[in-house]
Amino acid sequence: MNIHAVRAIYGFEMSRWGRTLLQSIVSPVLSTSLYFVVFGAAIGSRIAEIDGVSYGAFIVPGLIMLTLLTESTSNASFGIYFPRFTGTIYELLSAPVSPIEIVMGYVGAAATKSIILGLIILATASLFVPLRIDHPVWMVTFLVLTALTFSLFGFIIGVWADGFEKLQVVPLLVITPLVFLGGTFYSLNMLPPFWQTVTLFNPLVYLINGFRWSFYGVSDVNIGLSLAMTLAFLVLCMAVIWYIFRSGYRLKA
Amino acid sequence: MTSIISVEKLSKTYASGFEALRDINLEIRKGEIFALLGPNGAGKTTLISIICGIVNASAGKVTVAGRDIKADYRAVRSMIGLVPQELATDMFETVLATVTFSRGLFGRPKDSALIERILRQLSLWDKRDSKIVTLSGGMKRRLLIAKALAHEPDILFLDEPTAGVDVELRKDMWEIVRSMRESGVTIILTTHYIEEAEEMADRVGVIAKGEIILVEEKAELMRKLGRKQLVLQLQDKLSEIPPSLHMHNLQLIGDGEELVFHYDTRAERTGITALLNDMRTAGMTFKDLRTTQSSLEDIFVDLVRQAR
Repeated sequence: MNIHAVRAIYGFEMSRWGRTLLQSIVSPVLSTSLYFVVFGAAIGSRIAEIDGVSYGAFIVPGLIMLTLLTESTSNASFGIYFPRFTGTIYELLSAPVSPIEIVMGYVGAAATKSIILGLIILATASLFVPLRIDHPVWMVTFLVLTALTFSLFGFIIGVWADGFEKLQVVPLLVITPLVFLGGTFYSLNMLPPFWQTVTLFNPLVYLINGFRWSFYGVSDVNIGLSLAMTLAFLVLCMAVIWYIFRSGYRLKA
Repeated sequence: MTSIISVEKLSKTYASGFEALRDINLEIRKGEIFALLGPNGAGKTTLISIICGIVNASAGKVTVAGRDIKADYRAVRSMIGLVPQELATDMFETVLATVTFSRGLFGRPKDSALIERILRQLSLWDKRDSKIVTLSGGMKRRLLIAKALAHEPDILFLDEPTAGVDVELRKDMWEIVRSMRESGVTIILTTHYIEEAEEMADRVGVIAKGEIILVEEKAELMRKLGRKQLVLQLQDKLSEIPPSLHMHNLQLIGDGEELVFHYDTRAERTGITALLNDMRTAGMTFKDLRTTQSSLEDIFVDLVRQAR
């Protein structure tokens, strides 16, 4: 194991984040705070409790998940795309590092950043709404697993993308809509039966509900299924990355 | 001298169908400066990219210090430093941070003293806290060398190290390369500048259309393939070469004032004595004479032309 290389890549990525700290932290915290103000305080006060949880508190896990998913994907995709764009990827490809070490460096840093952001948003949320965490160990497990899985997913996007536009397409046009339609702001029980069934095909429903269950002990779907879906996506992403390095897809001619 | 890199029957065909390398066989000796000369698109960068692990070969085998570049990639790549042709850098990083990063990436523990020595050697120490984006082109080129040297490689690949660099800086670069060789590093450089190969290389390889046309000691190459010209400045102008001298390989230049005799240094007899005797018989005299030798450039152009 080339631990120096993992540390170098991880440190490089974290220092890149440090250089844009204001944009990296303030922007997601501000936008999430606005969700709390608008949905939690302004509109939420007119909505009844859901499963015994106030509306403001109900949306907190979903909003953390929104940040976690988009930031993990964006950070990891940008991390590997940028060296491809500038040409510095030559150094990575000519270094004595294995694919696992490269992934550990980039994905580890991206996951760390989004976990820190998730925790900051959790702390911010506690200023607006009364929070409780019934299953803290599971909360951390879901947080870490989701951050890792979507950082791996972001890594794939970063290798696949051949322009900055494509980097933005997936977080903006795929992840954000799926999070919004995945029960962030509502319980599935509030939907007509047909749309409830349709929603169950959205994989993010399972992540959001699993995470919400760790807070309040309530979920629209089975928790075992939530965990299984998260792990399944993790394994799928790892398989795709294995293929990328094996074939050299978009990395090596 | 022992071989440090061995390339056997190496071929590369890109997905587009372009055949960049064809059945390349090459040995690089430990401690030498090897210049790989070739026109654009000849396959120079593809060849070094395969050895460095950036491009996958279609066929063939490469070993470095007896180790296969694929099966034993960690050991092989730890031995190699690469300075790419393009000035690819992390623009917003500082000089010190990026060189330290390179050392870590190649599996070496931090060594601030060594990094300082390398940066001082390359006149970059004063710029250690500057962002790369603020450096001049020449400094960026030196920075790429510093990054390649950060893990103390045994072999250094320099892909067009002086492309786009002014004459003074080019000479500085040659000095740097020489000092690296003195410290025991094997250097393989690709270049368009024949002058560069002539100035620095111990051996020269010429590549064209994906094939190695020739590999030779530089001095030997120039001796073996070098043609010489004897230029005779005539006392009296000539309108044409006299028939009695037609048997010699002559050319009349400078409005008939100079006669050029082309001869081969490898030949048993150069033909100079016979020419001078025939000139005396024809009543021709000359005021002055000089000889010129083919440069490596002439040889290179000839070889590439033949390959076409």
